[in-house]
Amino acid sequence: MTLMQKLYLIVPLAPLIGAIVAGLFGWAIGRRGAHWITILGMVVSTAASVVVFLDVLDGNVYNGAVYTWLTSGNVRFEIGFLIDRLSATMMLVVSFVSLMVHIYTIGYMADDPGYQRFFSYISLFTFSMLMLVMANNFLQLFFGWEAVGLVSYLLIGFWYTRPTAVYAGLKAFLVNRIGDFGFLLGIALILMFFGTLDYAAVFATARNLAGNTIEILPGTAWSLMTVISILLFVGAMGKSAQFPLHVWLPDSMEGPTPISALIHAATMVTAGIFMVARVSPLFELSETALSVVMVIGAITAFFMALVAIVQNDMKRVVAYSTLSQLGYMTVALGASAYAAGIFHLVTHAFFKALMFLGAGSVIIALHHEQDMRRMGGLRKYMPITYVTTFIGALANVGIPGFSGFYSKDAIIEAAYLSKLPGSGLAYILVLATVFVTALYAFRMLFMTFHGPERFRDFRAEYDEHKQTAGHGDHQESGSHDDHGASHGHAPHESPAVVTVPLILLAIPAVGAGWAIGPVLFGGYFGQAIAVAPVHDVLAEMGQEFPGVVAMTWDALATAPFWLAAAGIATAWYFYVKRPDLPAVIQEKAGLLYTILERKYGFDEAYQRLFGDGAVRFGTGLWKDGDVAVIDGVMVNGSARAVGWFAALIRHLQSGFIYHYAFAMIIGIVVLLTMIFIG
Amino acid sequence: MLLGFPLLSLAIWVPILAGILVLATGSDRNAGAARVIALAGAVLGFAVTLPLYTRFDSLAGGFQFMEFAPWIGSFNVNYYLGIDGISLLLILLNSFITVLVVIAGWGVIKERVAQYLSAFLFLSGFMNGAFSALDALLFYVFFEATLIPMFLIIGVWGGPNRVYAAVKFFLYTLAGSLLTLVALIYLYNVSGGSFSLLDYYRLPLSFPAQILIFIAFFLAFAVKVPMWPVHTWLPDAHVEAPTGGSVVLAAMMLKLGAYGFIRLSLPIVPDASYYLAGFVIALSLIAVVYIGLVSLVQADMKKLIAYSSISHMGFVTLGIFIFNVNGMEGAIIQMISHGFISGALFLCVGVLYDRVHSRMIADYGGVVNTMPVFAALFMLFAMANVGLPGTSGFVGELLVILGAVKASFWYAAVAATTLVFGAAYTLWMYKRVVFGAVANHHVAALSDLGFREFLVLGLLAVAVLAMGVWPNPFAEVLHVSVSDLLSHVSQSKLP
Repeated sequence: MTLMQKLYLIVPLAPLIGAIVAGLFGWAIGRRGAHWITILGMVVSTAASVVVFLDVLDGNVYNGAVYTWLTSGNVRFEIGFLIDRLSATMMLVVSFVSLMVHIYTIGYMADDPGYQRFFSYISLFTFSMLMLVMANNFLQLFFGWEAVGLVSYLLIGFWYTRPTAVYAGLKAFLVNRIGDFGFLLGIALILMFFGTLDYAAVFATARNLAGNTIEILPGTAWSLMTVISILLFVGAMGKSAQFPLHVWLPDSMEGPTPISALIHAATMVTAGIFMVARVSPLFELSETALSVVMVIGAITAFFMALVAIVQNDMKRVVAYSTLSQLGYMTVALGASAYAAGIFHLVTHAFFKALMFLGAGSVIIALHHEQDMRRMGGLRKYMPITYVTTFIGALANVGIPGFSGFYSKDAIIEAAYLSKLPGSGLAYILVLATVFVTALYAFRMLFMTFHGPERFRDFRAEYDEHKQTAGHGDHQESGSHDDHGASHGHAPHESPAVVTVPLILLAIPAVGAGWAIGPVLFGGYFGQAIAVAPVHDVLAEMGQEFPGVVAMTWDALATAPFWLAAAGIATAWYFYVKRPDLPAVIQEKAGLLYTILERKYGFDEAYQRLFGDGAVRFGTGLWKDGDVAVIDGVMVNGSARAVGWFAALIRHLQSGFIYHYAFAMIIGIVVLLTMIFIG
Repeated sequence: MLLGFPLLSLAIWVPILAGILVLATGSDRNAGAARVIALAGAVLGFAVTLPLYTRFDSLAGGFQFMEFAPWIGSFNVNYYLGIDGISLLLILLNSFITVLVVIAGWGVIKERVAQYLSAFLFLSGFMNGAFSALDALLFYVFFEATLIPMFLIIGVWGGPNRVYAAVKFFLYTLAGSLLTLVALIYLYNVSGGSFSLLDYYRLPLSFPAQILIFIAFFLAFAVKVPMWPVHTWLPDAHVEAPTGGSVVLAAMMLKLGAYGFIRLSLPIVPDASYYLAGFVIALSLIAVVYIGLVSLVQADMKKLIAYSSISHMGFVTLGIFIFNVNGMEGAIIQMISHGFISGALFLCVGVLYDRVHSRMIADYGGVVNTMPVFAALFMLFAMANVGLPGTSGFVGELLVILGAVKASFWYAAVAATTLVFGAAYTLWMYKRVVFGAVANHHVAALSDLGFREFLVLGLLAVAVLAMGVWPNPFAEVLHVSVSDLLSHVSQSKLP
């Protein structure tokens, strides 16, 4: 094994060891032991990821197996790594953000009784996510896919005494499983037609199978690649929370904020984006699939952003923002601008983790208050949180100079240049979303950090609120009652374990975008991503790319910039200048407001249709099928028939042993008959 | 050299002799001795099966460790034993589970201890006999003999409604297997006086005869598996059975049915098996969906797990009847995995039942607050039941789905709904039992796992994880046996 191969193993195993030690021996090593061992694991993993990244930048690619998991028939299922620019980039992002979140957690979860368990879970998550991105085959991808889903489930329901949290965890798991249903079928079709699940082998032969059709419904001949790609994308829709499987992500905010940042913003939810980019050689062979991807992404981007405008829970604003940004990434994939999608994934990982952690910092300062109507004016109490969150928001809006601008602008441009069916609609939606994004992001900033200090008015209600809050981020044990004495004090800036990660994340949230030239137009991803020449919108864009500095200046004359500015201005007018107006509009546009506030009614509809429906259907099958028909008529009926028949020749003995003998007699009679006939 | 040493006979008779010894300790005054002897017998019984694995030649076809002795000369019935990779795994699983069941019943069963433990030891021996018999009548005798100890376990140590459940169990399964005997005697006749399975494998049979024989076998094995719609005995039996009985019933006895398909139906009547495969597959898929939905609405944890077993066994019969390597190996691995997982889940319910004396989901809530270690292990087994990768539950399901898609996309699609249903009923139950605030004073008074409980569940946890992370050692012994079986089955036996 070479040194690099050892490093590949160390990257995922270091967090795994941390997770196991903190999880199984947390009682022995205590709180400090748990955070030290897991953070040490993350430092090792991040350092190794940096080395691997630098090695990959030198042009090295590794593809090899670690061990054979299973063989069956002529298929060999392996656990192995594919280390190229794509996976190395993801490894770097995952390990870095995870490290930041680990450190931040020391501050955020300081009072939580489940401290060791939390560290164990987030390290376990990091292991799973790294295995997912490092996989060299579909099986391991699915392994990681399901494992991150498990940890997500455990972490959403981390505060297990809160019914809403437990419900949200279950919902997330089940909705994801619907996605996995499609994903697994896609994988099964790949194995059936390619005879292997190894990426390299599948991609090498994909072109030869491009003409194949498959008859899913009798009489239809659908393109094999379309069917496979769409099935895989169903998996991505679950994991990356695309419409209409998006419903689990907002509820996942029931989990502690650090995991909202790590799992439900920066890494896990981007697994679907990563997967489609990884499988680009298949998607490239189906324009139908690409169109579907683009339209789904555009719908998600626009309609989820709209919902963010009416949310009052700070974390939920960021959650809907995440949905919307994931939609952007998906549009990029559909437009064959995979590199732009991954680029946005990376910048988003930084700025969205930053926004979440900033929100978390506010939330702890206000003793687990999440309602923005009870905030306001916090900027002078929490300057570091304010500035860093502001930076995150600017990147999210896509203000020139901040990372989100470069990646998002490339996506909008890609949608514009794409010639696939649906690209026109997608372009309009993603463009309109820019305005909405600026509106909700600055609404959040203004309501939280600017304006009157409304939190003072609500302090009196604090205790009452703690007991009635439907989705407050407070904990089950009442450990924050310790802070009761501080209620009268002004909120103060969070400790260094919180602010340092904020600052460290703010740096790439600004700077990461400046790599746009080489990443999108310089062939950064090389062979890791395949784009058919006719789809290659990035190449088209690259011909006119003026360099990053010029791009920043040129932006001042483009529609997205002015839409963003208009959004900011609108937010300023409504939430700083005339804070009385939103209530008026809310009243005037009651129906629209209700639709948005109810999130288009998906939650209720799904609960009624699938939740209650399954229970009703299951009860029917059980009571009418099993109990009434099978047991009532068939089993007990035949028992009665036998009993009646037996009674005719009975009077020898009672009891079931008699039945046995009786049955044997029948057997012998039948046997003799057959012998005579035969 | 142990070569030629009757290892299979040891696997059968060590537990049975231990059972006789345990029985000899008599009344409950000697319960301590009975437990020690039973444990020693179970461990020894497991130990003698280990050389079967280490000495098994996974590259050789046919049957290994063969033993032959005349039994009933006038009917040419022989004590004829031999195993292939498929039986090997089932024998290992059975002997392993027996050890766990003995430990699990240690402090829980306080009445008629010797009889209770001996029943399990007898059962274990009979089961190993059925898994290694190469003589059809010997198989039938062992197959039916397993009913008696299980009938007693349910009927004597069971819950309040135990007599109904025991009789239902007994009659249901017995009724199913009656025609099997008829079929075997018919085969004896047409084969010119042989009960050897190996002779039957070579025996040409007309198509109508094959169909009739298939139906005769099918009734027996489908009830045992159990397949929809002849499954309704299982939930009743599980609900009334003591924990150990449920464990063995789910982990082992159900496998007899699937094993019967593999050992008897497929190779003896291959043409009929092919012809009727669509029918069996349909029933299997109904089991996955219908039973999945029925599981969802169960209020009784044991019933829920019992229904879940039926749904998971649907994967086994599906895998067997799609006639490809992935499906068949997936089915067998699913059997082993289901042995671990269903056994573990019933033990988990038993742990709760021993403390609160209720199996009702509604009587619990917030168990994690008082039993965190238990909650963690229960979560692992729940996730294994859901088929999460990294646990054994995933391996079989994956292979069966991969195999099924080759037969028909829709088989795979319907089977894969278990991803959603399985997660829904398992995790919803887990949520209501384990999560939440402490629901009542019973839950508040719970104490976490004792040493023996931890030991048993811990061993199963290791098995579930080991098989999930590295299933290859389990699959390796299957390859030749499965490909032999499939190539045999693919050849028509029509005269």
